[in-house]
Amino acid sequence: MRDVAIIGIGQTPVGEHWDTDLRTLAADAARAALDDSGNAAVPQAVYVGNTYGASISSQAQLGALVADYAGLRGAEAFALEAGEASGAAAVRAAYLAVASGAIDTALVVGVEKATDMVGTAKVAARNVTLDADYEAVHGATLPALAALIMRRYMYEFGAELGNFENFSINAHANGSLNSNAMYRNKLKPGGFARAPMIADPVTLFDGAPDGDGAAALVITAGQNAADLVPHPVYITGSAGASDTLGLAEREDILSLSAAGLSASRALAQAGLTVQDIDVFELHDAFTILTALALEAMGLAERGTGWQLARDNRIGLAGDVPLSTFGGLKSRGNPVGATGVYQAVEAVLQLRGAAGANQVANAQTALVQNMGGLGSTVITHVLKG
Amino acid sequence: MANTRKEVEVQAERFAFSGRGEVYSFTTVQEPPAGYEDQSPYVIGLIRLEDGPLVTAQITDLDDQPLAIGDRVEMVTRKLTSEGERGMIVYGYKFRKVLQRA
Repeated sequence: MRDVAIIGIGQTPVGEHWDTDLRTLAADAARAALDDSGNAAVPQAVYVGNTYGASISSQAQLGALVADYAGLRGAEAFALEAGEASGAAAVRAAYLAVASGAIDTALVVGVEKATDMVGTAKVAARNVTLDADYEAVHGATLPALAALIMRRYMYEFGAELGNFENFSINAHANGSLNSNAMYRNKLKPGGFARAPMIADPVTLFDGAPDGDGAAALVITAGQNAADLVPHPVYITGSAGASDTLGLAEREDILSLSAAGLSASRALAQAGLTVQDIDVFELHDAFTILTALALEAMGLAERGTGWQLARDNRIGLAGDVPLSTFGGLKSRGNPVGATGVYQAVEAVLQLRGAAGANQVANAQTALVQNMGGLGSTVITHVLKG
Repeated sequence: MANTRKEVEVQAERFAFSGRGEVYSFTTVQEPPAGYEDQSPYVIGLIRLEDGPLVTAQITDLDDQPLAIGDRVEMVTRKLTSEGERGMIVYGYKFRKVLQRA
């Protein structure tokens, strides 16, 4: 296997892009990434991350569409669907293609138009990633299933709703500095537990907002990367893992086993431990997922992941910086693009180009993207 | 890290559950999907069956009764959703609190 490097990044702002279609968003991010790489190498392959193309945008076969509008007609091109982890699945496809030697340079594009539907139709379209026969048919939704985990967690471990609020406050503090973030407002302490309930105990200030957006990476063989661009970022670990699709099928709903497995596999490949990581971009679609991911990766004991937020360890100057550009909560969750945004943000950190969001002396980053409530988890370890 | 493979019963043996269990967790859905609007807001839970497994299902017939983790529940057959005015009606299981004897 060859070393693999990221030599170009691009992103559009996350938000309600009602005046821009899916192909244009994808092309904008792709062009930005290719320009950022100095157009140093022409990709032979395009891997697209997208979740709701078929159910919200009435558009499948995005590989061909995005390749064409990115100016790469003729390239190998297809989309990967892995629920909310589709973005990271596209990154992983590019990693594997380049590492194997089959492809020299690949373009990854994550793209989603999640706000073109509203109300109950939107919830139904989003429900396609759930277990249709055993959970969605009962009227379950993703926030409701997250709430089932969170209520049980609070019951077992004595955590209170307000104990989770610093995850959201931190995300918005960092997102307020990010011009690409969807919601740049700061959250005041005390507001989290009083916010309207989406599915109790999950409040409006807990669940991440869906947004439209596209992000892109240019990925090439590591051996040439330093000749092509001034500051390549290397993918030193890449691994996925799976768990049951249905929540009720889990051996233990309070343990995200796939988050732990994919992180430990990626870290082992990189020759690092989780304590060596300087920057974390985790899948903070709900605060309970962040708490459980921290526990799964060994950064907290079972039942204590929320304490990292309470103890103010997760800020840009903390020892476990999380959601450094706002995470899903403040930057927004452009679902199938989210995993690519996370990678773009980690590259900015490792280049030392994160501006006001910079984590000092960031050398290593761990990026984790999650489908559903940990059914599909893909982790990448990056090195500057 | 190696994967382990465990046998999955594709042709599972038929087993009739007792239909009784207790509430393992629950929530109230405020933002329902299409097809479930007329029931909203509704309570959905994880039920730990007496027989062992956990199942996801609605908890129905609550009126204004409070609900807590550990409450005893029993299975009832109810309409889950219908596919429009002229479409198929989907029936399935829900759970209700076990009534206390007066």
